Amino acid sequence: MPEELYEIETDVPSNTVEEFLRMDRMPHIWCPGCGIGTTVNCFAHALETSDLNLEKVAVVSGIGCTGRVAGYVNLDSFHTTHGRAIPFATGLKLANPELKVVVYSGDGDLTAIGGNHFIHACRRNLDMTVILINNFIYGMTGGQVAPTTPMTATASTTPYGNFEQPFNLPYLAESCGAVYVARWTAFHVRHISKAIKEAMAKKGFSFIEILAPCPTLYSRRNKLGDGLDQMVYYQENSEIKHGADTKTVGIDFQSKIIVGKFVDVERPTYLDAMNDYYQKRLGDKYIPYKG
Amino acid sequence: MRTEIKIGGFGGQGVILSGYIIGRAASIYDNKFATMIQAFGPEARGSATSSQIIVSPEAIAYPYITSPEIMIVMSQEAYTKFTPELASGGTLITEEELVSTHNLRKDVKHYSIPATRIAEELGKRMVLNIVMMGFTTAVTKLVSVDAMRKAVLASVPKGTEELNTNAFNRGYEYGVKLLEGKIETKELVEA
Amino acid sequence: MKADPKGVLTGAHFIDGDHACCEGAIAAGCRFVAGYPITPSTEVVERIAERFPLIGGIFIQMEDEIASSIAIQGAVWGGKKAMTVTSGPGFSLMMEHIGYAAMTETPCVFVDVQRAGPSTGLPTQPAQGDMMQARWGSHGDYSIIALSPNSPQECFDLTIKAFNLAERYRVPVMFMMDECVGHMTERVIIPPADQINVFERDFYKGPKEEFLPYHTNGKLIPPMVKAGDGYNIHVTGLTHDERGYPNITVATQEKLIPRLINKIKMNADTIADYREDQVEGADIVVVTYGITSRTAIPAIEQARKEGLKVGHLRLIVVWPFPEKLIREIASEASAFVVPELNQGQIVYEVERCAAGKVPVELVPHVGGTVHNPKDIYNAIMKMKG
Repeated sequence: MPEELYEIETDVPSNTVEEFLRMDRMPHIWCPGCGIGTTVNCFAHALETSDLNLEKVAVVSGIGCTGRVAGYVNLDSFHTTHGRAIPFATGLKLANPELKVVVYSGDGDLTAIGGNHFIHACRRNLDMTVILINNFIYGMTGGQVAPTTPMTATASTTPYGNFEQPFNLPYLAESCGAVYVARWTAFHVRHISKAIKEAMAKKGFSFIEILAPCPTLYSRRNKLGDGLDQMVYYQENSEIKHGADTKTVGIDFQSKIIVGKFVDVERPTYLDAMNDYYQKRLGDKYIPYKG
Repeated sequence: MRTEIKIGGFGGQGVILSGYIIGRAASIYDNKFATMIQAFGPEARGSATSSQIIVSPEAIAYPYITSPEIMIVMSQEAYTKFTPELASGGTLITEEELVSTHNLRKDVKHYSIPATRIAEELGKRMVLNIVMMGFTTAVTKLVSVDAMRKAVLASVPKGTEELNTNAFNRGYEYGVKLLEGKIETKELVEA
Repeated sequence: MKADPKGVLTGAHFIDGDHACCEGAIAAGCRFVAGYPITPSTEVVERIAERFPLIGGIFIQMEDEIASSIAIQGAVWGGKKAMTVTSGPGFSLMMEHIGYAAMTETPCVFVDVQRAGPSTGLPTQPAQGDMMQARWGSHGDYSIIALSPNSPQECFDLTIKAFNLAERYRVPVMFMMDECVGHMTERVIIPPADQINVFERDFYKGPKEEFLPYHTNGKLIPPMVKAGDGYNIHVTGLTHDERGYPNITVATQEKLIPRLINKIKMNADTIADYREDQVEGADIVVVTYGITSRTAIPAIEQARKEGLKVGHLRLIVVWPFPEKLIREIASEASAFVVPELNQGQIVYEVERCAAGKVPVELVPHVGGTVHNPKDIYNAIMKMKG
């Protein structure tokens, strides 16, 4: 290696997302090729280009690989218990409605152990954005089957392949009452940033599912190559279909992935509904709840 | 002296409200102590429901009743189920037309009142429990009549104060007359 | 600080313990309650649901007790005083979040209107079977405070105290009612708001750039901030350093966990609350808490009438356990009698502190009702020697 290489004054611009991250906590824990960091980058870009007052943005995570996101974002951030990010976020948001609350967690955390909270938050139309990173597997605990694992895919607890039908998450969210539902993959970085911005600007329960590679467990166990190979799979097999009927967007093993913005509707949020209803019902006796 | 009271009847007769009124009268307006315990749960939703109240000039330690000295009974099933618990020498107060006092214990004082009929004369069958309260006040002197009147007013829905006051007064007057010997307690005993 | 008069129903009321607990929470400044229906605690949240819209609070009936017990903690970090209310089975579901509150030092109140268990047990009847669970129910080492009221009046007074202790020590406080007290109706005097002392959260006031969320400045309890104040706090149930950052090392664990325990242990004398009735000079001391403190009175009075020197020590704060006090009594008295609506829980604490110096007699009860005072009397007579 030529010696002068060390002396070249590089002019690499500092990464503009750094101010949104807790750089004093780097390096992060995610594996090489993992897609979670990519999505965090997109999230930071969304914050960077939004005009949100970042003092009023809070991130809540559960437990798991994605659950660690709360620990890396330079915002008010809460790393809660397994499955319970949404009910924690419910309390946080209702106590202080001026906060923009983002729940950032994994598929197992939000839809297995936390599934009950997920459907009820959709139903109530709580004003929060849920970013769900779906890597089809439990990563932190070593690659067990998840409610999102495609049929036939193997996991450490389905060594002969999965025979349980997985959730179609956009369909689940829509049918439970989410007002914004989108799906992207870690390949679609610009779309993710845009979707996060849109979702955060949306009043009510907004939900973004992001498919992300887990090269260490899901890909390795299913012989799908490394993170890059999964990105190629996403690139080649994703079809953007805005407004697609969410019933039709279920995911089969290594097959076509429908992505896009599926749902964008209006419905009163939990707090708006409560204030409106009580005002009508109780009149002057009601003290409108402002937090 | 600690006095234990049990009120029995069927759901919807105002058994619990009656307990509240006695307890409230004693503890808020008569400067005594009162503890009320209700039966809860599916067992309490059946046909014989009850409330238990203890009234005492001193603080009440043990909160349950063991052997009530006063029993107010507004249904046949409550009569059958609860009267064996009444203390010897205790006072039994029954709704005259709803309760047939067969096998009436000889060791208790018995007073009865046609509270339903009186309530119906006032235009609302629902106030029969308030008639019973007025009557109970007169025959037991457990709590002062003023305290009971205040407690009735504090316990009934807004807009029904006059009706309930009338009901209480009718029951009270009936009791006074009964004690003066102007009315006899009717023992309604069906075969 | 004095209570906000807006929510305080000053006056004399004839209400049950559940309703009194609700009024105590309101007087204490609680404005967020999350709960899930379960007998015999439901009347607390029913009244909250009716009262909160009129005083600017927010109640949400969550999808389960797990959700309720973490929603209140989100609300606390959003700046509210918060509580959840439950009974046996629901309390069991909340255990993980008691640990989370202890670890993250989130002040909040868990009301448990105890009923007889295990499992679904006797749904609408009293017991005191959750006393050990309240102390040890979550995994790992931590400390909590638990109070035990014996009347509706105390359900009001001590709920305020529960909030004040939670805020002062940044700790989850267990409010250990039971069905008898919860469903018992008695006179409750609610004083004027300006006579109710309320402990306000100790919010950090120093320079923003120097703020470290878990820096205690040599004390045992760090000041708090809330989300939205621009501190970019991080809160985690992982072992964390003064910045609140996860730090999975023995060294950090060694620093954090003893402090979480010591902040209660070293303040135990200040937190302690009990009533002594003729304990000094007594031969036999009856140790009670909650409803049992009332059912024991006829037994104690009967024994005294017969010339026995019987003392009555009633624990209002059950956790932290008043170790020093029991040790002192153990060196004076000749026996303890401990009636409990369970098969023996707090009796083991009494035994531990008595340390074999004097015998300790349990008067157990399976729950479903309260003790017959006669059973307690018999135990006293048995210990007279």
